[in-house]
Amino acid sequence: MKWARITAIVFLLTVSAACLLADFIAPAPYAHQFREEPDASPSRQHPLGTDDLGRDRFSRVLYGTRVSLLLAPAAALLSSLMAAFIGGIAGFSGGRVERWVMAGTDLFLSLPWLFLLITVRALLPLNVSPIVSVLITFAMLGCLGWAGAARIICADARALAQSDFILLARASGSNGFQLLWRHLVPNLKPVLYAQFWISVPVFILTEANLGILGLGVAEPLPSWGSLLRELEGFSAISGQAWQLVPLILFILVVSSFHLVLTKEELPV
Amino acid sequence: MPKLVAKILITVLIGGFLGATLVRLAPGFGADEEELDARLSHRSIEAMRDTRKNEGNLFVFYFGYLNRLLHGDLGNSRTLQRPVSQLVAERLPETLKSVALGLALGWSAGFLLAVAIVMSRAWYLDLLGSLLVGVLLCLPAAVLALLFVLAQAPARFLLGLVVFPKIFRYSRNLLARSSALPHVLTARAKGLGNVRVLVWHILPTAGPQLLALLGVTVSVAFTAAIPMEALCDMPGIGQLAWKAALGRDVALLVNLTMIVTLVTLTANSISDVMGKSFRVSEA
Repeated sequence: MKWARITAIVFLLTVSAACLLADFIAPAPYAHQFREEPDASPSRQHPLGTDDLGRDRFSRVLYGTRVSLLLAPAAALLSSLMAAFIGGIAGFSGGRVERWVMAGTDLFLSLPWLFLLITVRALLPLNVSPIVSVLITFAMLGCLGWAGAARIICADARALAQSDFILLARASGSNGFQLLWRHLVPNLKPVLYAQFWISVPVFILTEANLGILGLGVAEPLPSWGSLLRELEGFSAISGQAWQLVPLILFILVVSSFHLVLTKEELPV
Repeated sequence: MPKLVAKILITVLIGGFLGATLVRLAPGFGADEEELDARLSHRSIEAMRDTRKNEGNLFVFYFGYLNRLLHGDLGNSRTLQRPVSQLVAERLPETLKSVALGLALGWSAGFLLAVAIVMSRAWYLDLLGSLLVGVLLCLPAAVLALLFVLAQAPARFLLGLVVFPKIFRYSRNLLARSSALPHVLTARAKGLGNVRVLVWHILPTAGPQLLALLGVTVSVAFTAAIPMEALCDMPGIGQLAWKAALGRDVALLVNLTMIVTLVTLTANSISDVMGKSFRVSEA
């Protein structure tokens, strides 16, 4: 499966590069409307045609992918750091602290993910600027997605805290902070790395769900949620197969994220 | 068992407190449209405000909320102008039906395919299953719902498609691991048939973990019910939650979240108890 992993990484790098260079590659700004050409077929000017508002679909795909590919890893980083902090402290401290923290984590895990997300989203303003809405959406994903990872990190931190090298470090006079920073955190890196890569596709999928339901990123800023929402107007009879390009790209990107981790790094 | 019930109760109480806090802090809390009625005098408006005075204190508000909850009063929906308990009573059976059907379909397909792959050890079946599951895992439930609408397929099957890849992947890995255990290899070497090896040697080892997965899939199915019901226009609590979120009806949303949490916690606890009794009977 090494070749599949390499292909996935190369694909992700290519897509990321294309999105970062969207300002130069895109034929038009993502919000620009070509009012005379709504629902246009692919042409030299519009490689993927235009949407029902006359906006260039290729540009929107590039900018939408950029939003998701930049912010989903940022949200995953936030949730991984929160999980490392909460799970690491709980596992390292053990005893009552661990029991209480894990009880809180269990409570968080028992809340249905999408119900929790839309409840919190409903508390936040819906009529904000597109940039603020995108930041709110991904910050919310990052802040609410730590619980599962915290459990795994807690278990690992507990096992490490009882290991011989930590005992030796303790006997050598290392204090709590030194033990945590010099010995525990470096050994937790592989688990954190795996949790980070697992979280990225989860957050991309969740943002897409929220976007399709109209609770994600606000228009006119594109994201995968709003791009996939266009499928509502898709008709097999009309034969506009190019409307499926965002969906195909989405599947390829998410499956590439799944392939980045080796079999050993994945949970059961 | 009493420990589990206590755990569920404590979780619901804490969840209820957090929910009440959210309702209390939600934008627009305490504002009443009736105050805009020009026919009301200043004293009438003051009297109306006095009735809500106690709700200003979070703890008083919470105990009032809990007291009403114990009497089956979940409050009123601001957007739909109807009691929440009535809305839930109308819509919960619809969602429960969809979830039950989805779980039955997902488990039958996912588990049977996993068993077929592990027992036959056919590489082409494994490849096909992995590809199918790989694609399904990359599709958000909302996209699947849109595709179902476009294909005019029966929406109730959608939840089966959402839980199927998770069940398949987990069961296949678990069964493959169990089938590689020394006692299973010995049983095969002694010439036992596939069915006997599966029923007597593989399933007892994997059983408790598979039962734990059952609880998890209930939560997954409820979560996927939101996009399914919202996009396929099915009148369940998923659609209700979506409408409440769009209308910022936090009271309704919090109650729905608590109800779903209670259902999923109960399902998880039942699967835990079943798993434990399975282990005990095996020992």
